[in-house]
Amino acid sequence: MQEVSAQLAEVVRIEGGRVVAVLTRTLGDLTLAEDAVQEAVLTALQTWPRSGLPDAPRAWLLTVARRKALDVLRREQNRTSKEEAAMGLAEQLRDDGPPEPSAVDDDLLRLVFTCCHPALGFEARVALTLRTVCGLSVPDIARVLMASEDAVAKRLVRTRQKIARAGIPYRVPPDAELPARLTAVAAVVHLVFTAGYAGAPGSELVRVDLCAEAIRLARLLADLMPGEATLLGLLALMLLTAARRDARLDADGELVLLADQDRSRWHSDEIAEGLALLDESLRRSDGLADRYQLEAAVAAAHVAPGGTDWHEVLRLYGLLAEVAPSPAVDVNRAVAVGEVHGPEAGLALLDTLPPMPPLGLHVARADMLRRLGRTDDAVAAYRAALASAPSAPEVRFLQGRVAALIG
Amino acid sequence: MPQYAALIYVEDLDRTTDRQSEETKLYAEFGAENAAAIRGGAALYPTSTATTVRVRGGRGGDVVTSDGPYAETKEVLGGFFLLEAADLDEATALAARIPGAWGPGGVELRPVIPMHTSNA
Repeated sequence: MQEVSAQLAEVVRIEGGRVVAVLTRTLGDLTLAEDAVQEAVLTALQTWPRSGLPDAPRAWLLTVARRKALDVLRREQNRTSKEEAAMGLAEQLRDDGPPEPSAVDDDLLRLVFTCCHPALGFEARVALTLRTVCGLSVPDIARVLMASEDAVAKRLVRTRQKIARAGIPYRVPPDAELPARLTAVAAVVHLVFTAGYAGAPGSELVRVDLCAEAIRLARLLADLMPGEATLLGLLALMLLTAARRDARLDADGELVLLADQDRSRWHSDEIAEGLALLDESLRRSDGLADRYQLEAAVAAAHVAPGGTDWHEVLRLYGLLAEVAPSPAVDVNRAVAVGEVHGPEAGLALLDTLPPMPPLGLHVARADMLRRLGRTDDAVAAYRAALASAPSAPEVRFLQGRVAALIG
Repeated sequence: MPQYAALIYVEDLDRTTDRQSEETKLYAEFGAENAAAIRGGAALYPTSTATTVRVRGGRGGDVVTSDGPYAETKEVLGGFFLLEAADLDEATALAARIPGAWGPGGVELRPVIPMHTSNA
């Protein structure tokens, strides 16, 4: 029974985003559409476990949501000029034919571009996309953004208000604006993925698999906008990374380093798809690579048949440092230097980086110091890594390294 | 159609001197090319001419004036347009053509509350 309701909840969650998309176009009002769909979702979750999944869940949700929206509009009709919207909706309810799937796709794309509009703050875009397009709950979004539920709820309200009041349009941007706007969408999808892959401090707390969700979203976008190199590269990156998910932890839940991972537990079909997508993506961008394509190429080098191709990884991080410089890129480049030219060279590079860095720097330093036999320094670096709030398996891995060094 | 206030934050200069004539020309061009969308606007004298008015003790209380702008900032409100645009994207495209958006400072777009909902 629980499994059945979990499956129903998943259908409701995924179809809900599409119904919001369709209804927002009809109503011209995202908040009203979301509220109506929220009520329809609650009704579905009460009704479906008894009645079973309807043949066309999307049409079912849309009909119920339209009725709820119509109720609200009729109530408000007297004090505002919502008459026109109410009339249109009443008309639709009479016809009540479900919209064509391709029209639903178009609406969903409009919804994504509205939620990821650059006039909205980045975290606001992420929160709204997770809520509206992916159907995640406010508590789940709060965990992804490491914010309080109250703060997320308030941010969602403010964001919807800005969309309505500032007149952020509900449409796919024209071709001239598309590259910049697509970058904003890709950044949101990428953050959802990395939030899922890194895991929250402590244990896995988000109910929905965020990596799968990000891949689903990227697939959808790549389907709706075929041939966009950025989207293909992003999807390739996520597939090539997530393909290793089952090998990251051993049977006891302990972290396994990439070099020691059981390759038979990698998802070879996803690796093959990721490699093909990366090729296609690079072909379409005439060899000019953006950050996702470069990161996908790094992920591809890590799953190379003979083991990680460190010369290629080093070359790619050199390019990434130019295209999309970040502290994480600096650290990863130093790690590659350590693999290609030895830990002394890697450590020398790490020590030129500014202090107050992310977890990765401490781990990389500790590893090179350990390989150089500088035990005390290595222990100190592992402890610095432990102090920067890693996930539970990472904590056990780092503690294991410290224990082995102290002996 | 929605209206937007385009608040132009620029260097705190006297925009009536000869040295500003080039800028004035650019604004005249903007005005001529976008006349269909412009519903109003003005350039302002520098903040050295500004007076900030506050009433202490609420409505009907003591009127207190102080010399200068409401907030001391590097760039100041140097002028504004009232623009009409279909949506924020269209308003953004218009704002990007305002000369004040090109230099240091920028143009703040604020949607205008339509009169019929302001008292709803």
